Amino acid sequence: MNNVAATHIIRFILLLLVQVLICNNINFLGYVNPYVYIVFILLFPIRDTRLTLLLVSFLLGMLVDMFSDSGGVHAAASVALAYSRPVILKSSFGMLYEHQSIKFSNTDIGNLITYVTLATILHHFILFALEIFNISSVILILKKTLFSTIFTVIVSVLIIILFSRNRK
Amino acid sequence: MQQIFNFVIKNKTFLLFLLLFGISLALTIQSHSYHRSKFINSANGLTGGVYGTFNSIDKYFDLNDQNEILVEENKRLRQIIYNYKTDTDSSYIDSTFISSKYRVTVANVYKNSYSLSNNYLTINKGEKDSIREDFGVITSKGIIGIIDNTSKSYATVLSILNKKSRINAKLKATRHIGSLKWNGNSPLYVQLVDVSNFAPVKVGDTIETGGESTIFPKGIGIGIVESYDTDIIGDTYTIQVKLFNDMSNIGTVYILENLDKKEIETLENSVNE
Repeated sequence: MNNVAATHIIRFILLLLVQVLICNNINFLGYVNPYVYIVFILLFPIRDTRLTLLLVSFLLGMLVDMFSDSGGVHAAASVALAYSRPVILKSSFGMLYEHQSIKFSNTDIGNLITYVTLATILHHFILFALEIFNISSVILILKKTLFSTIFTVIVSVLIIILFSRNRK
Repeated sequence: MQQIFNFVIKNKTFLLFLLLFGISLALTIQSHSYHRSKFINSANGLTGGVYGTFNSIDKYFDLNDQNEILVEENKRLRQIIYNYKTDTDSSYIDSTFISSKYRVTVANVYKNSYSLSNNYLTINKGEKDSIREDFGVITSKGIIGIIDNTSKSYATVLSILNKKSRINAKLKATRHIGSLKWNGNSPLYVQLVDVSNFAPVKVGDTIETGGESTIFPKGIGIGIVESYDTDIIGDTYTIQVKLFNDMSNIGTVYILENLDKKEIETLENSVNE
């Protein structure tokens, strides 16, 4: 158990640093950045209580906000993602989730991509809606959501595949 | 009472979600509405320390560019010195008797963003270097922004690429004033609004600071006129200004403190009363 906790703490710190030091400065085509720190929320153990997940997601989002001077937008999006994670898990993994037997390290790649995509769209839409905070620029919100989602999904799936042990 | 406890225990996940989401929303709304006094900002020991460590590695990759910027600035300053000497050759002025109006501090940029809709910079000077809110920040090419939050050894700068930024500016040629804003679209352009349409604007004209506020001295460069059109009502111009500064590549900045600021503000307040 201690070993698992240590893994998650290290993952938390590493993803936070990668996000604020590298991913926030990519600015592909001027404004497209991947937000890979949500990998932490996606890979949080399923059997653990949801309260812990909510609190840890809030802390992670708040730290990203602190580093990027963005008020509370990352915290809000992360908390929303953490709260709705069971629904997304159920819709992308179906039976596996109901039997509580998902192992992210050896799931079907199609299911994994569905899961990451759904979660990323939700997270990014809330993030950009709150960041721009103006209904009249809804096109800009959707545009940023679309492009950043593509970028984030590619990078996140690669991270999950590369760093998962014994994938066939 | 029992039922209330039962309700709380049954819905604890949802209630915790509401609480945390509410806190983040409140922080978001606060950061959109108030000019200052933000609760969560990157002017603190943790973020400053992390950015500082990374910056000390990162700045080696940027040395060539920064050297070129310094050479450019030296060239410009030398030109001023040589011209100054020939101009005032006959009537020598002892500079020790001229009281200086602005105190200049040099700072390194630890974090810079330009792709969000509200951008901030983090710099490595703070209260212990007597940096306070509302000091102006410039580079050798033009203005960057205004100091927003300070901590002991770091400060955040409200960039001109921020929807909350309002800076007094004027046309260099005719001294018609306007207010400098950003519409959030491109980091290369800012907008000068509320310019009277008596002003003879030409594409390529220089825009500089107006000197009406106590933050920036008069005549610091901002950019050149790229295009302009009249307002919907038709009595003011909105001018697209192409910035002199490349906002995506800023290494060293100068912080300006107006030493007469208190005096000016007391005078203006006494007039208002």
